[in-house]
Amino acid sequence: MTLAGWLQILIFCGIIILLVKPLGGYMTRVYQGERTFLSFLFGPFERLLYRLAGTSEKEEQHWVGYAAALLAFNLVGMLVLYALQRFQASLPFNPAGMSAVDPALAFNTASSFVTNTNWQNYGGESTMSYLVQMAGLTVQNFVSAATGMALAIALVRGFARHSARSVGNFWVDLTRSTLYVLLPLCVVLTLFYVFRGVPQTLGAYVEATTLEGARQTIAVGPVASQLAIKILGTNGGGFFNANSAHPFENPDALTNLVQMVSIFAIGVALTNVFGRMVGNQRQGWAILAAMGVLFIAGVIVAYWAEASGNPLLHQLGLAGGNMEGKEVRFGIPLSALFAVVTTAASCGAVNAMHDSFTALGGMIPMINMQLGEIIVGGVGAGLYGIFVFVIVAIFVAGLMVGRTPEYLGKKIEAKEVKMAMLAMLCLPLAMLGFTAISVVLPSAVSSIANPGPHGFSEILYAFTSATANNGSAFGGLSGNTPWFNLTIGIAMLMGRFLVIVPALAIAGSLAAKKTVPASAGTFPTDGGLFVGLLVGVILIVGGLTFLPALALGPIVEHFALVAGQTF
Amino acid sequence: MLKQLRPALVMIVVFTVLTGLAYPLAMTGIAGILFPKQAAGSLVTENGKVVGSQLIGQNFASDHYFHGRPSATTGADPADPSKSVPQPYNAANSGGSNLGPSNSALIERVKGDMERLKAENPGQPVPIDLVTTSGSGLDPDISPNAAYFQVPRVAKARGMLENDLHDLVAKNVQQPAFGVIGEPRVNVLALNRALDALGKN
Repeated sequence: MTLAGWLQILIFCGIIILLVKPLGGYMTRVYQGERTFLSFLFGPFERLLYRLAGTSEKEEQHWVGYAAALLAFNLVGMLVLYALQRFQASLPFNPAGMSAVDPALAFNTASSFVTNTNWQNYGGESTMSYLVQMAGLTVQNFVSAATGMALAIALVRGFARHSARSVGNFWVDLTRSTLYVLLPLCVVLTLFYVFRGVPQTLGAYVEATTLEGARQTIAVGPVASQLAIKILGTNGGGFFNANSAHPFENPDALTNLVQMVSIFAIGVALTNVFGRMVGNQRQGWAILAAMGVLFIAGVIVAYWAEASGNPLLHQLGLAGGNMEGKEVRFGIPLSALFAVVTTAASCGAVNAMHDSFTALGGMIPMINMQLGEIIVGGVGAGLYGIFVFVIVAIFVAGLMVGRTPEYLGKKIEAKEVKMAMLAMLCLPLAMLGFTAISVVLPSAVSSIANPGPHGFSEILYAFTSATANNGSAFGGLSGNTPWFNLTIGIAMLMGRFLVIVPALAIAGSLAAKKTVPASAGTFPTDGGLFVGLLVGVILIVGGLTFLPALALGPIVEHFALVAGQTF
Repeated sequence: MLKQLRPALVMIVVFTVLTGLAYPLAMTGIAGILFPKQAAGSLVTENGKVVGSQLIGQNFASDHYFHGRPSATTGADPADPSKSVPQPYNAANSGGSNLGPSNSALIERVKGDMERLKAENPGQPVPIDLVTTSGSGLDPDISPNAAYFQVPRVAKARGMLENDLHDLVAKNVQQPAFGVIGEPRVNVLALNRALDALGKN
């Protein structure tokens, strides 16, 4: 570990903290329907769109209606994306002549992009036409992110409102997230990325003759516009197979810094939106502090593990950290930091190959996802994810003092706790259940690339990432098989919608409640004690659930490395 | 649910047109005007012919050139396109080795590369980036140490003075942005083009 390395981590954290209030303030105005500097441009368009859709910004939905709208939109989106892939050969913008995508892979990819996961069982530059990349994948990158943001806002309204029947209008929240937050930021980011060297062209792949006279085909494309939303919307699906490790998808340390900041930007700002909407910004900071504690702990371990390097290579006489699968321009600190950021935030873009991380360095991304993607988390998804834990933490606190638990003046009762448990339990069910089945299926085991405990880690990582809607991978696993296309596809849908529906039920139930005035007996939820309790509950739930599985993968591999054992 | 079908269809169509076509196409147009060179892929041309991209590494095997890092990219076998074979620096199919840290294949590969490099420059410690594959397989850079390490071999092959080459490498080291963001690095294609230019003078 170096001073320069820590300094870069510090700079990143500083920028994030500075972003919270301004972006949070702006987004609050957007969701409350106030005028912003973009209203003159998008206001009339917005109203026209609502009229076409047969809704209006004044129309409010009960949580069931909100959920039905969300599910209908996602179903239609999934069908469109599936069809685009199946018919890409006969559609325009296909200069590389890509043929139709196989049905199982098309299902997997459609599930993947609709659920904001962006797990990729394909290499972009060798499978997808420009049309699919733009009109299929990029569109879902926008609207799946906007779906998550809409949902988070609906849940915040549940806390903020009292004796109310409705939680907002899904179509309005979806539209405003896209028009006022995602799109304008993406325009700026795209231009920055192109300025630094990311291609943005519809031209065909370039044929070059290298200095040594060999032929090199260089894949290009409309990369920057997809990159901007892939990162900002915590989608993570790369234009190229190597994702943000590809020099065209992340040309230098500055684009790398901007990418890491954009991964966290909307997620951290949403904690502030929450604070503002419930009338006490400290409530938002408390949530962010709990996320921050878990994040910093992950960064320290991952950076230490990668900088310590691979003992087996040190035995050969090599010095230095683990550079296998990493790029020189990022080095150890920026690769480790990116890995923690992208898995904490459910993004899943990678700037180094996680499969080649040291055993413990690769375990941190897994833990981040297994905790439920609540350390900042996916845009929107992180906020509603952590509220599930907040409800359980408040419930535990209530049990300890023998008082009906309250949060923000709302009594937390059996219904909310049941829904929170439902959301919490579906994650390990998909992550561990599918892993357990896969490791005893010979056809699934044959997809493993690395022998020994690392092979187990590859499968565990795959289902963890899919269920957590992250999308990063231990890339050695050959996921493009009927079994993995199907099961990973199902895991992604479970991880998304089996959390979303209970979260909306909680929102609806909370919105209907009366507010209880705070008294001397009220447990303050904007201080250090609450932050400690929340972090404790998250770690205990995660630890009890996943430690046995981790012991079979990364932990045993770590001891093997130290003992000098190869597989 | 059926009541939601109309808004769902309207929204998906409008957002497909807006974010899937208008946004990328407008960005392509604007980027092409503001930053035409970068938008096309930062291509490097010599005598009107494209010799590569300044951002994409290419395979250097001859002793006359500085070498980049090992690359794990693959490509279709020319003899049998259904099979894929190692094809270093295949810029149409990026990717890393994905070898785990405890995989004996990784250790054997590194051991082999180290023996070759040690023979080339005995006495110097082998820089780790010269024996590890990058994440993309297209890493355009090596560390300054990795460039200096290769000076004796290139000097011998070209019949040049080691000191001159040492200076050339030093001139091609790119420092971190603002002195702290990123790592010092040397772009191998730029270094080798400077090397060729030096030879011509």
